[in-house]
Amino acid sequence: MRLTQGAFSFLPDLTDEQIAKQVQYCIDKGWAVNIEFTDDPHPRNTYWELWGHPMFDVPDAAGVMFELNECRKAYKGRHYIRVSAFDATHTWESLRLSFLTDRPADEPGFVLERQEIDGRSIRYTTRAYAANRPEGARY
Amino acid sequence: MNAIDKTKPTEEKRSRYSAGVMEYRKMGYWQPDYEPKDTDVIAVFRITPQDGVDEIEAAAAVAGESSTATWTVVWTDRLTACDKYRAKCYRVDPVPNGPGSWFAYIAYDLDLFENGSIANLSASIIGNVFGFKPLKALRLEDMRLPVAYIKTFDGPATGIVVERERLDKFGRPLLGATVKPKLGLSGRNYGRVVYEALKGGLDFTKDDENINSQQFMHWRDRFLYCMEAVNKAQAASGEIKGTYLNVTAGTMEEMYERAEFAKNLGSSIIMIDLIIGYTAIQSMAKWCRRNDMILHLHRAGHSTYTRQKNHGVSFRVITKWMRLAGVDHIHAGTVVGKLEGDPHTTKGYYDLCREDFVPQNLAHGIFFDQPWASTRKLMPVASGGIHAGQMHQLIDLLGEDVVLQFGGGTIGHPMGIQAGATANRVALEAMILARNEGRDLLGEGPEILKEAARHCMPLKQALETWKDVTFNYTSTDTPDFVPQATAAE
Repeated sequence: MRLTQGAFSFLPDLTDEQIAKQVQYCIDKGWAVNIEFTDDPHPRNTYWELWGHPMFDVPDAAGVMFELNECRKAYKGRHYIRVSAFDATHTWESLRLSFLTDRPADEPGFVLERQEIDGRSIRYTTRAYAANRPEGARY
Repeated sequence: MNAIDKTKPTEEKRSRYSAGVMEYRKMGYWQPDYEPKDTDVIAVFRITPQDGVDEIEAAAAVAGESSTATWTVVWTDRLTACDKYRAKCYRVDPVPNGPGSWFAYIAYDLDLFENGSIANLSASIIGNVFGFKPLKALRLEDMRLPVAYIKTFDGPATGIVVERERLDKFGRPLLGATVKPKLGLSGRNYGRVVYEALKGGLDFTKDDENINSQQFMHWRDRFLYCMEAVNKAQAASGEIKGTYLNVTAGTMEEMYERAEFAKNLGSSIIMIDLIIGYTAIQSMAKWCRRNDMILHLHRAGHSTYTRQKNHGVSFRVITKWMRLAGVDHIHAGTVVGKLEGDPHTTKGYYDLCREDFVPQNLAHGIFFDQPWASTRKLMPVASGGIHAGQMHQLIDLLGEDVVLQFGGGTIGHPMGIQAGATANRVALEAMILARNEGRDLLGEGPEILKEAARHCMPLKQALETWKDVTFNYTSTDTPDFVPQATAAE
């Protein structure tokens, strides 16, 4: 399967040139750019691991691309990596863009477990196949 | 015995509170020198008096009938602080290019309204007065809601920001589709459409306004099969998915029962129709806030009173009331689709949903500066006759904080529902990517879509199937301040 979280997962994987343009868009808007990684792709896994602090004061995309490449050196192929942009403007104070830049070579996907409960109701649980193994040894 | 003097007092001698009929303008409802207070509710009406009725008297009558007055003088006014409670018409302007009609500005003291009640606000402002005989027609065009009144409402149960955080979707419009055919599918067949559309790449599917619990499909069946479809699509994509389960029913008790069932099944969103009424809407919004539920509102019925510009209530007023009442989604027009929507007027609705301060903009039909005082944002929904080939226009016109709903434009795809959903999602992502890269959407849109279609056969087929579909009709509801082009190109 192909994990389709993030704003651009239905497009072919972005090139570094394309990633840099999105990062520059975010910087031009005054948003802080953040790099995160995880090997737990569950859709409710909100808190991916931070690659350093969100970058509040980088002047252009080059600095972010440098950090992204450092993160890739450590985790590429074994983790998902995403770039997100945070807008501190009053009444937003949240993310304004988030997209995947890297994904593990093999994505086994999720199993849907069904627990039959009262009447015909079913309680659903989504579990990533990879999550059966310990963190760091999943992909 | 004292003789009763039955002669009518002359106008000069007559005091304000002598029994009998008196012109509204003389009763204090016309005060051209009045300066509205920051805490006043202000309404602007378009009035069309009967032939021979003076516009000032007509406007004063609207002020009177929508506040304290009745047709005759009553001495019991004197038991109240009646000068405060009287609505005051302070300005009457002729409608540009609208002979025989006027814009009347009326200020209402905040004490006239109950806190946090759209029912009470609307019972005053649009209660009796719309049937008033001296008027041929009357339309409530806009209202300035003071911060002091806004703060008595909860506002949207969830709001755009938290909805996006819950769904983990940022930086692009959300995608939806209404299940079609809207009537007749069994629960099992209905869930099939939901599964295909969500798995293909949509974020949401939606019940239509008139899907409740008919002979062909019991509501519990629909909810059970839909949640199977949602969860299955969620596991297949690793993305949060949802379907708007319509809980509209004949009584509040039944609506609460359906909402509880939706919650117990794990749905992230439920839906109601505008026709359930303002109080029911506010009750459901409170329920949603208590239960972490997103609340979708379908504006079923609104065109009966919003569409004609000489009579009724403008949709911009309904939009303001619904942001106060606490819904999270509202259908607000597509401009390019099959339903009524002048581009400037529609822009006005979108601003009222999403901005924290909306400045006066007569070209957009916005008569007043409207501060929202941090009230959560309401997600507008564009639905009705739109397709992937219009993606550049939709994003250019409507921005990114919107749900784009392609019903026929998903389910009618020649290669099936999943293909239709994928076409829409690819078109959307390609367009956002291009916009962020600084490309000119209106100039290069068709080219951007063609490039994206090179790696996506379903998009290629969608563009081919619907390439000539437009709904290019003149809008009936347009602002009367600037020449309007109704673009559906």
